[in-house]
Amino acid sequence: MYKGVWVLGEERNGVIHPVSYELLAWGRNLADKLGVDLACVILGDHVRNQVQELIFRGADKVYFVNHAKLGVFRVDPYTRIVAALIEKYRPEILLASATTMGRTLMPVLAAKIHTGLTADCTELDVEPSARLLLQTRPAIGGNVMATIKTPEHRPQMATVRPKSKKPLPRDPSRRGEIVEERFGEEYLYSRAKRLSFEPDVTSETPIQDADIVVAGGKGLKDGKNFNLVFELAKALDAVVGASRPTVDQGWIPYSHQVGLSGKSVTPRLYVALGISGSAAHLAGMSSAEVIVAINKDPGANIFKVADFGIVGDLFEIAPALLEQLNQRSEKTSDSNGGTRDE
Amino acid sequence: MKKLLVLVKQVPATENVKMDEETGTMVRTAMEAVINPLDLYAVEEAVRIKEQNEEDMQISVLSMGPPMAADAVKEAIAMGCDEGFLISGKEFAGSDTWATAYALAKGITALGEFDIVLCGERATDGETGQVGPMVGTFLDLPVLTYVSGIDRISGEEIVVRRAIEGGHEVVQASMPVLVSVVKEINEPRLPTLAGKIRARQANVPVLDDEDIKAEGTKLGLGGSPTRVVKIFYPTITRTGEIVSTESASVEVCVEQLMGFLKSVEIL
Repeated sequence: MYKGVWVLGEERNGVIHPVSYELLAWGRNLADKLGVDLACVILGDHVRNQVQELIFRGADKVYFVNHAKLGVFRVDPYTRIVAALIEKYRPEILLASATTMGRTLMPVLAAKIHTGLTADCTELDVEPSARLLLQTRPAIGGNVMATIKTPEHRPQMATVRPKSKKPLPRDPSRRGEIVEERFGEEYLYSRAKRLSFEPDVTSETPIQDADIVVAGGKGLKDGKNFNLVFELAKALDAVVGASRPTVDQGWIPYSHQVGLSGKSVTPRLYVALGISGSAAHLAGMSSAEVIVAINKDPGANIFKVADFGIVGDLFEIAPALLEQLNQRSEKTSDSNGGTRDE
Repeated sequence: MKKLLVLVKQVPATENVKMDEETGTMVRTAMEAVINPLDLYAVEEAVRIKEQNEEDMQISVLSMGPPMAADAVKEAIAMGCDEGFLISGKEFAGSDTWATAYALAKGITALGEFDIVLCGERATDGETGQVGPMVGTFLDLPVLTYVSGIDRISGEEIVVRRAIEGGHEVVQASMPVLVSVVKEINEPRLPTLAGKIRARQANVPVLDDEDIKAEGTKLGLGGSPTRVVKIFYPTITRTGEIVSTESASVEVCVEQLMGFLKSVEIL
């Protein structure tokens, strides 16, 4: 019998990555509804001394494998080891984050152990009587949502986007069980090996880490009008986001894309300019704390998630807003100047 | 000679896709369809490998879908692939990613042995990105995802660059191998007139479950571990204040927005 909820923790550069804590927040809710333990399984080369933190963040159990050969994610050893642990402990649910590791390891595992997998879920729930995981994600074309079950195969597997949930508050009074698992060379060898790593050199804040995002959509009508978005972003000290059609049109690089096929963001403020709000776009930004939408179509989906919306021509509204923001910052710097004089 | 195989999918050209409410699967008939835009990068990369290596290379294309999906295979042939095949039949209808990958892997096995199996990162309709890695697993190949460059192919080894969080890693793997590529790897070419003519004349053999020696219980909706149980439109999640320039001036609307941003302590 398959029992228990597992999340797949992630070590990056020798440190437990925060997506592990986000996954525990997703898993905690499911485990409580099913009345079972929540476990985190984590592989790495420096996890041994860090796993207690996973208990503080919501895990009842931690299964960890610590080995020098597991410091970088490689498909072969990670697949063999996680598959062996699933076989040994038989969890009914396994969740992972949709990082490049999760998006690679989960389909490989699902094929290997013959079970279903649902990518990029925006909502997870359980049907307690049948103990079925209800996996909801934007479907085909991104304008509708689909709820998916894995009726007969176990574990039921799903990925969720990084940043799609806040980690639980750290609770140092939580107690849990920590189990070290060991694997030999027959599990650890890999047909692929890393020769080198070249870190990105960019001074820009990655959009996932931005406090404020100002994003543009098809309503901008032309790539050069993204200037308006960049100016507003500058005035708000924000990072620029974009909807998928604008990226497909080549108006702005892919790194700015927000949504199911781009990045998920959870900023304090998300400003959507000329974005209609497909389900796929909403999946990437609807958990922002505050959402402001400017769109000429009063029926646009984006207004359904907006905390404040203006129906109107963005080419009139955005410049007016920019002027207000710039006037305000001049006043602020004037008063600062005054303070210095005193 | 090295043999390459590219997996392609045909996807709806528009975002107006109809769903079958009973089965929760896509209604694939009667809509305009194109080769998945992200598959073009895999096709382009295969053609470049062939052009840039002294060793002889042959490129096969494989797809699965309704008979009209042969058009997607032909689009790949027009770009420079040598031959194409389509897995098709009602026994494959309703396949989820697992059953799709199983059938594609059986199809590849039936077609022979390949040194490199290439695919796009994901399809623009399903958006799962699962089929490529699953196919690689069914074939017991090393799986290289998020490949943004192929540095070297020599003997039995391939060296690629993978675009991952925080940078690029250079990875060496043994062939045969499965490689899924990302947009930054190249700029797909447009088919030449000669390519289009060749594609139009190309015969795309259709493979059924017997041709690929598949187990019937692993095909189609019946062979799919997942089931779509509900399709719905997203519900309203917030009830915000909406103002309109129909009823107030632009200045008033913007002032109200400024007031709102102050009230939530953004300004």
